[in-house]
Amino acid sequence: MTPFRYDRADSVASACASAREPTAKFIAGGTNLLDLMKLQIETPTLLVDIGRLSLAEIEETAEGGLRIGARVTNSAVAADMRVRRRYPVLSQAILAGASTQLRNKATTGGNLLQRTRCPYFYDTTKPCNKRIPGSGCPALGGLNRMNAVIGVSEDCIAAHGSDMAVAMAALDARVETIAANGATRTIPIDALYRPPGTTPHIETVLAPGELIQSVTLPPPPPGRQLYRKVRDRASFAFALVSVAVVVACEDDRVSAARVVFGGISYKPWRSPEAEAVLIGAAATRASFDAAGRAALAHARGYGHNDFKVPLARRALRAALADATGAV
Amino acid sequence: MERILPFLSLLSRRRFLGTAGAATLAMASQPAPAEAAAEPASIHHENVALTVNGRRHALDLDPRVTLLDALREHLGLTGTKKGCDQGQCGACTVMVNGQRINSCLTLAVMHAGDEIMTIEGLEEAGVLHPMQAAFVRHDGMQCGYCTPGQICSAVALLAEHKAGWPSHVTADVASAPVLIDSEIAERMSGNICRCSAYPNIVAAIRDVAEGGRR
Repeated sequence: MTPFRYDRADSVASACASAREPTAKFIAGGTNLLDLMKLQIETPTLLVDIGRLSLAEIEETAEGGLRIGARVTNSAVAADMRVRRRYPVLSQAILAGASTQLRNKATTGGNLLQRTRCPYFYDTTKPCNKRIPGSGCPALGGLNRMNAVIGVSEDCIAAHGSDMAVAMAALDARVETIAANGATRTIPIDALYRPPGTTPHIETVLAPGELIQSVTLPPPPPGRQLYRKVRDRASFAFALVSVAVVVACEDDRVSAARVVFGGISYKPWRSPEAEAVLIGAAATRASFDAAGRAALAHARGYGHNDFKVPLARRALRAALADATGAV
Repeated sequence: MERILPFLSLLSRRRFLGTAGAATLAMASQPAPAEAAAEPASIHHENVALTVNGRRHALDLDPRVTLLDALREHLGLTGTKKGCDQGQCGACTVMVNGQRINSCLTLAVMHAGDEIMTIEGLEEAGVLHPMQAAFVRHDGMQCGYCTPGQICSAVALLAEHKAGWPSHVTADVASAPVLIDSEIAERMSGNICRCSAYPNIVAAIRDVAEGGRR
């Protein structure tokens, strides 16, 4: 690690003010940031520790949802009985990621802001447009088995690694932030992440010093919720492909559907195309396959990750079949 | 944490030792671009009061020191092991305020005032903790390097299960799962055993979960 100053914030306002300098970073759990600092991929000159701030509660909202403080650990969210009963897809997704040791430390805000695990981002002997803007993207013609297949650019095909965020996107979660000047705003989770385009080093819409305070889940949507993750080993591995679905049926027809993929894009990939195909359709495998085709119509593989396109379609079909009981 | 790049930890360790670029590395090793610009005028230290196994220690630490290195290098508590140093192997598992974490992925300065429990804190008056005894009884190890982390993890696992936490293999996350072997295996997936002593590790944990013998 390169040397840094350490500042334990005693209020949200002082944390945001300190972190306004461009080379400052907030640290909460630190499980991703410290890993990257050891590799000198992240080299903050100031660490603002928000570990003693409030922001560690899960509360009911007036509209019948839940507000999850940014510092609530992944373990605490997954184990919360309100989440388990009303938002099981969120518990399932969190429990499908990392290990208990990591989930005990990793926080809600930090999970959203984790960096990609693209092997070239991690390899400081290689170019990477995310690490060194303009240096190139070796993943394009390289070992891109874990990389994205949709929504990315010729400058970066990195995939976002979060499971939690995929479920949150299916729940229409809203991210609440506070800026260094005290201004607060609410960002739909789908609008938090910036497409890589020609600036893959800019990953979110957050400004320097802007702190995630909480994530709010609206009241649970109708239907069954399910998270399905496909990975190289049975536990403690990033998704090759994952999918969160919320699906309701009436008289064997789909009356409501939400579909979000993980592991295939720079963000949780919500598919309004798949949802449009599903709503009103018979709850059958043929409909689920049609939804998968619509969802992946604009996807393309880059060689080693070509398999992700059909795998995503099949994961969706399996998740929908499981959630609806269709045969 | 789960990337398949074990050479990276080797690389960073070599760089730390000042041998970056050594021709023996199979891959070209160049310093990260940020590295050159980041040499500090001075490195400040922080006073940190750590409570470890019930004893309070006052330390003067570079803020870069991880909790793992503070335990091993500054307090001499070498039971906690450094395996991968990147949160993948679990050898460094300790409990902080009753919860298991990877001590390699947190800074010591972040833990002032926390209650830290390491493998050295589990025995009482020379009597092994039931989980330690069960690992011995079931031969839940071969080389033993991962064992302190396995045992700390297993002790915390039982508390998590008692608190009703579900896991990835729990069919209904709203239920209170029974601690069958697949639940134990899933909940221990953050601890790698290179000797693959897993069957006996699971047996030891099951034994304690079922009441065990002292």
